[in-house]
Amino acid sequence: MQFSEHWLNSLVSHGLASDRLGHLLTMAGLEVEALEPAAPAFTQVVVAEILSAERHPNADRLQVCQVQAGEGAPLTVVCGAPNARAGLRTACALVGASLPGIAIKQAKVRGVESFGMLCSAKELGIDENAAGIMELPGDAPVGASLRDYLALDDQRITLKLTPNRGDCLSVLGIAREVAALTGAPLVEPDCTSVPSALPDTYPVTLEAETACPRYCGRVIRGINPAAFTPEWMVRRLERSGLRPIHPVVDVTNYVLLELGQPMHGFDLAKLAGPVRARLAKPGEALDLLNGQRIELVAGNLVIADDSGPLALAGIMGGTASSVSPATTDIFLEAAHFTPDAVAGRARSHGLSTDSSHRFERGVDPELPARAMERATRLILDICGGQCGPVVNVGPGAQARPPVGFRPDRARRVIGFDLEDGAMATILVRLGMGVQVSVDGFSVTVPSHRFDITREVDLIEEVARVHGYDAIPAKVLGGGQVMLPAGEGVRTLMDLKNLLVARGYQENITYSFISEELDGDFRAGGESLPLLNPIASQMGVMRGSLLGGLVQALRHNLNHGQERMRTFEAGRAFLSAEANGQPRRMAALAYGLNRPEQWGEEKRHADFFDLRADLDALLYPRQVRYQADTHPALHPGQCARVTVEDVAAGWIGTLHPRLTQKYGFQRAPVLFEVDLDVLLARAAPRYQGMPRFPAVRRDLAVVVDAALPLGDIDAVLAAGKPALVSEITCFDVYQGQGIEAGKKSLAFKMLLQHTEKTLTDSEIEGAKAQVLELLTKRCNATLRG
Amino acid sequence: MNLDDILSEAQRDFAAAASLPILDQVKARFLGKSGAITEQMKGLGGLPPEERKAAGARINQVKDQVEALLRARRDAIQAEELARQLAAESLDVTLPGRGEGMGGLHPVTRTLARIEHLFASIGFSVADGPEVESDFYNFTALNIPENHPARAMHDTFYLKDGHLLRTHTSPVQVRFMENNPPPIRIIAPGRVYRCDSDVTHTPMFHQVEGLWVDESVSFADLKGVLADFMGRFFERNNLPVRFRPSFFPFTEPSAEMDIGCVICNGAGCRVCSHTGWLEVLGCGMVHPNVFGHVGIDGERYQGFAFGLGVERLAMLRYGVDDLRLFFENDLRFLRQFA
Repeated sequence: MQFSEHWLNSLVSHGLASDRLGHLLTMAGLEVEALEPAAPAFTQVVVAEILSAERHPNADRLQVCQVQAGEGAPLTVVCGAPNARAGLRTACALVGASLPGIAIKQAKVRGVESFGMLCSAKELGIDENAAGIMELPGDAPVGASLRDYLALDDQRITLKLTPNRGDCLSVLGIAREVAALTGAPLVEPDCTSVPSALPDTYPVTLEAETACPRYCGRVIRGINPAAFTPEWMVRRLERSGLRPIHPVVDVTNYVLLELGQPMHGFDLAKLAGPVRARLAKPGEALDLLNGQRIELVAGNLVIADDSGPLALAGIMGGTASSVSPATTDIFLEAAHFTPDAVAGRARSHGLSTDSSHRFERGVDPELPARAMERATRLILDICGGQCGPVVNVGPGAQARPPVGFRPDRARRVIGFDLEDGAMATILVRLGMGVQVSVDGFSVTVPSHRFDITREVDLIEEVARVHGYDAIPAKVLGGGQVMLPAGEGVRTLMDLKNLLVARGYQENITYSFISEELDGDFRAGGESLPLLNPIASQMGVMRGSLLGGLVQALRHNLNHGQERMRTFEAGRAFLSAEANGQPRRMAALAYGLNRPEQWGEEKRHADFFDLRADLDALLYPRQVRYQADTHPALHPGQCARVTVEDVAAGWIGTLHPRLTQKYGFQRAPVLFEVDLDVLLARAAPRYQGMPRFPAVRRDLAVVVDAALPLGDIDAVLAAGKPALVSEITCFDVYQGQGIEAGKKSLAFKMLLQHTEKTLTDSEIEGAKAQVLELLTKRCNATLRG
Repeated sequence: MNLDDILSEAQRDFAAAASLPILDQVKARFLGKSGAITEQMKGLGGLPPEERKAAGARINQVKDQVEALLRARRDAIQAEELARQLAAESLDVTLPGRGEGMGGLHPVTRTLARIEHLFASIGFSVADGPEVESDFYNFTALNIPENHPARAMHDTFYLKDGHLLRTHTSPVQVRFMENNPPPIRIIAPGRVYRCDSDVTHTPMFHQVEGLWVDESVSFADLKGVLADFMGRFFERNNLPVRFRPSFFPFTEPSAEMDIGCVICNGAGCRVCSHTGWLEVLGCGMVHPNVFGHVGIDGERYQGFAFGLGVERLAMLRYGVDDLRLFFENDLRFLRQFA
């Protein structure tokens, strides 16, 4: 909402400087987005008349003008503008004047002394596109300050209004606010009834009374087609962001800005049969004023006559029935359309108009009749003509019951101690009727505050007008309760910090990726495409976090990095249901297993380097890795990760196909694991200290090379003698001395008895039992 | 060899011994079974009894002196050997340490952690919710009916099946209140999505939602908690704050919170558009209709909610001037937040 400060001041004389007014509005919730002067600062520019203009003796393009710029003798002014001519009233900057970027001095121009400068609107900073010196009306008072004459000490104020404050989409609405906030009196525009000079009316039928509960129409005949919009109105319209078009249109725009009531003028001669407010019929179309042709759809409310739709109700008029420079008789409309009837309709046709903007947010339902009188008076004043009586049809808006207001409740919600009387005063200043009731007030809300329907709306108004700044800021008191700190979960930050300590850099990548990338990395779930993606490479919700890490890897390799260790925590999207969006943690390692350095052999990070990091994340839980396949991972270097029998995720080397496709020199290694699994962990439990020393024995066996260690571990875990407290593989060997197709595994055993020191025969017995287990179950032989 | 010669010879020979084994051999020549001192002792028996005592004492005296010389030389050799060993073992201690270096957290995570930490200190726990949401949780339950102009403020991404990507973290409020009776004190950090992409907008960003509901949580509490938070977050005592009336369908009264510009301290700069103020969050008292949707008695309970943009706070805090950097994951950017 943009408007002229002078216009506002004409309705409420608040006496505030512009910046104070801006602050007042902002702090009352009508945020001032811009406050710009109507013209930049300049001094000593007056209205002047050119008495004569003669060619400069020494320059073809210059004229020497005699200029009457005040009460004294005429001034000689040299001017280069072709439109400088005798009789023209224009702007003259006197010697000593300061203009944007120029100071005016007496000067010799090609040998002729010049005592000032005749100015264009561009030179004064009023209109960037102006050419030639200003052409002022013939009655402009010679000698008067141009700033005063054109009221240039005005401000264009732009408000960023919230959608609930449709009542402030008018100068009057803002003036009401200012009056309520400052206590200054409000001067309402003259909306008294204009007596009809003609009996003429035009028939109106409402066929959609819910959507259009009020329609006022009036015939005005005999307007002067040659009439023009007066300077003061043009100025107010322009400073409010509108261009003058046609006096009738300008008046309806003026009333829209002043009162907030969108109106429309039809050319009476172009109407056929009664005007109807009805819903559009299938197949109807309408040529709009902006040149656009729209196909009307069900739910579109139109104003129609016998020939078909004339206007998209509350949004825009049609070309066929619009007023033109030849129009002499008009039919003027001021109607109320409900927000439900207009909301979304303009947007669905790609439109946004001053009218739809207001009706979508709500307009005072009692306003049409008053706006009709206001517009009629202005049209008659400007264009002449005679009006008929107003045809006012429709049931009107439903009566609104008073709203209950409990001052105690307001004090509790806001946390201040404003007294009942002060609250009542605020409500009255907002135009409410306040009556004392059993538990507070019974408040009658004026029709222009259609946003207020319940107590909390009134509480907000009281807080707002009282001032949010005046509400105390309460410092937290006692009564604190400690937060629960479950030991059965770690925080996500614990996990992130662990990876950071192991050299990983966190990434945050977009949750939507290209369909292709998603296809390469998704290992299940349904694809979730967006209906309105911002770009096709952000077209579907990711089914895996791996794709984003791979993309970020590529970005960084292209920017000179050689080694990457990255991770991301976030959701993967397997379905639209709340439980189909698991939180996961994924990591990637590429390049050297250690940063390039002097003290370590160079080696590229592989599956087992990454596995160590995943093991660290999962420690001390029981994890199982089993060979399996994943669409994005190398089939021979991929494991499914299971944590205490819960499937947790995947780890592996990027599939060679994808390594090649994404242009990597070597394959990155990756894992992706469910975050909920990672976060879970048991609180520790003390098991007692061993009272007797443990004994270590080593055992080397030869097994089939293809037998996974995981299978052997499972056999040992299930069948090892009780004395063996721990048995782990510490060496794997293939090559000289071992038959082809076989491998040698060396195990370290710790033996322990809780009650006594072990004897040699017990130790050897246990070792033999383990060997027998391996021989029988794993086809192992003792390595000789 | 007389005793004086023995002493001087021992002194000379010990000094010439370069290592402990050689010193031991030299020692045997003086103190061994047939060493010079030992021989002197054996010679005592041939002396007349009245001389033996004095001669014995004299020999012992020389023996002590030889032993002292030996000890001194041994200590010296050991010290030399240690010095040699230490010299041989000395390192270039200016070489870098071996092994893995440190990674780093994303600046958004860093900022979130800070926010969570500050709110945890006054009893707010962390809640979470889905990012693919239904129209009901994202809009309807938050008092934003279909065709409400407020929906136009949210450029919503829709899925083809009718779901949408949450445009704010406020749906978590609703989900949490559905399942937890008051008192409630939560924050809900997370990703949100809006169909908007230019210099100052990314289609995904992070918000933190906050909600405190109890029997007497008032607008004054809202002001106190949020002013305290901003001051702590930016580590500024007396950070100027102001609350301006605003509108959100799910709160009433609603407010926008501004802080004094932390870049120019209110003097006016490009970041604050020369106003001296920065808009940092939206907040308000939970709307009765929202309580109605989740079955909480809005007469008995009341409270406030707020939502803040994490990237904006991170940019202000760390001086980042381009929002888009947060999602490029360029290591040259990320490494600056170690």
